[in-house]
Amino acid sequence: MLIVDHLTHIYEKNTAMAQTAIHDINLVIPEGQFIGLIGHTGSGKSTLIQHLNGLLKPTSGSVFFHGADIHDDDFDRKQLRSKVGLVFQYPEHQLFEVDVWSDVCFGPRNLGLDKLNVELRAYHALKQVGISDEHFYQSPFDLSGGEKRRVAIAGVLAMAPEVLILDEPTAGLDPGGRDEILGQIAALQAETGITVVLVSHSMDDIAKHVERIIVMRGGKIADDDVPTAIFMKFAELEEMGLGAPQMTYIMDALRLRGLAVDPAALTVTAAYNSIMKALGMENHHA
Amino acid sequence: MLRNITLGQYYPVDSIIHRLDPRVKLVATLLFIISLFVGRYTGYIVATLFLLTVIKLSKVPLRFIVRGMKAIVFIMLFAVVFNLFLTPGEVAVSFWVLSITWEGIRLAAMLAIRLILLLMGSSVMTLTTTPGNLTDGLEKLMRPLRVIRIPVHEVAMMMSIALRFIPILMEETDKIMKAQIARGADFESGNLIKKAKSLVPLLVPLFISAFRRANDLAMAMEARCYQGGEHRTKMKPLIYRWQDGVAYLLVLAYFAACIVAGRLLF
Ligand SMILES: Nc1ncnc2c1ncn2[C@@H]1O[C@H](COP(=O)(O)OP(=O)(O)O)[C@@H](O)[C@H]1O
Ligand SMILES: [Mg+2]
Repeated sequence: MLIVDHLTHIYEKNTAMAQTAIHDINLVIPEGQFIGLIGHTGSGKSTLIQHLNGLLKPTSGSVFFHGADIHDDDFDRKQLRSKVGLVFQYPEHQLFEVDVWSDVCFGPRNLGLDKLNVELRAYHALKQVGISDEHFYQSPFDLSGGEKRRVAIAGVLAMAPEVLILDEPTAGLDPGGRDEILGQIAALQAETGITVVLVSHSMDDIAKHVERIIVMRGGKIADDDVPTAIFMKFAELEEMGLGAPQMTYIMDALRLRGLAVDPAALTVTAAYNSIMKALGMENHHA
Repeated sequence: MLRNITLGQYYPVDSIIHRLDPRVKLVATLLFIISLFVGRYTGYIVATLFLLTVIKLSKVPLRFIVRGMKAIVFIMLFAVVFNLFLTPGEVAVSFWVLSITWEGIRLAAMLAIRLILLLMGSSVMTLTTTPGNLTDGLEKLMRPLRVIRIPVHEVAMMMSIALRFIPILMEETDKIMKAQIARGADFESGNLIKKAKSLVPLLVPLFISAFRRANDLAMAMEARCYQGGEHRTKMKPLIYRWQDGVAYLLVLAYFAACIVAGRLLF
């Protein structure tokens, strides 16, 4: 359980470049939730998440992990970083080892585990992101873009975090690679019940999977609700340069033309069923 | 973290110094550095006063410049300690096999003062001049060197790219460092060998990223048919204003005063 209390961060404070990146953020992240953090570029998403594992120190306010203030003098922040795993944007840029296997072992080895446990965790993590055995002893630099990114994610998963935070994990990937990674994250979340915070600026990315969406705007939390409630306000979202998932627009257009469809339908199947129902043809199947 | 290194960074405020022609600032910096080596003792007082006045005029907080010095404290300490102990001469203090000589104290003090003034002086230039202006100024000043077939434009272009890359690589270092710390890396504790080893996860990605960026930039320049050398015109050509003339005179006056002060007294 993570609690963010009146958190404010100002970069380069007391200089001409001072910039308030986030302002007075309050947030509770309970265990096991799958959360989408969404906002336009520059809205402060990356700044916020770097506070959650203590990489950035708040200008004011606090962060609590399991009830303890993470900036207390006697708080073990190294331990925290293994519990709150943070995958940066373009995580493949941090790969450095000679082969995939050693790179994924880097994290757990830093935790001081013995060799057997390090390797067990690395193997498990690589399997979770769907990297097959033949890639284990390849140089990470010989992999494809999507594979590199999954190896980097495995590098964080191998630390066995309780909370997994991913900063724009789909940035720069083709639609295939994007769906693959999002699918794996969703499967991982469903299987292990791990808390996941998925940062994105695309609604379509997170719409299908998350159970809660936090919308950031100009360094503040603009909205925090279940996805269907958030998407209903797509006019506001558009004003923030975000927009709603494609399906919401279709359903809304149908509704405006007098068809009583459910505007909250997100998947193709749900939309199909809803339209059929509105047309009074419930028993037809695709 | 690394953002504390202000060397080579531009500080965006508007001041008389910021608005000066970059050529004036380049020449002034050069004269300032020379003055540190010819004028001595009292000359340093004049130099310090001059520098403080310029900093005041530039509206860059002194605190900001001093903070940037922290990065080189280590190198400075090294040089000072070496001079302190290894200069032969009349012994001032001695213990065990080490001895400090009067000569050593004098040299070490001079060195420290010189280094601080030199670095602060050159920081003022980079803090008040955008990299673009800086290279334009350099290119103009070095133009006469074309006579001896030095590719002035290319050299200036290379310098501007190098300068442009400093903050980018700083930012990149910061990012990679954070990413590795998030994976449990420790850049602080341990002995020297352990510390050196802990740099591998930082340096490898940093080099790769530097090459990737260089490659991207070259590609982007080629895609836009970049061609250096003759016939290029500037969007904002450098033109002297009367303030620049005044500044030149003041700098020359400083230079003379510094040398005279260093020679006459003491
Ligand atoms: N290291 C930094 N130094 C100074 N300013 C920064 C830094 N990182 C981000 N910012 C600024 O803080 C604001 C929020 O940035 P960020 O948290 O990266 O937003 P997002 O991840 O939502 O795009 C932006 O205006 C950005 O320019
Ligand atoms: Mg970001």
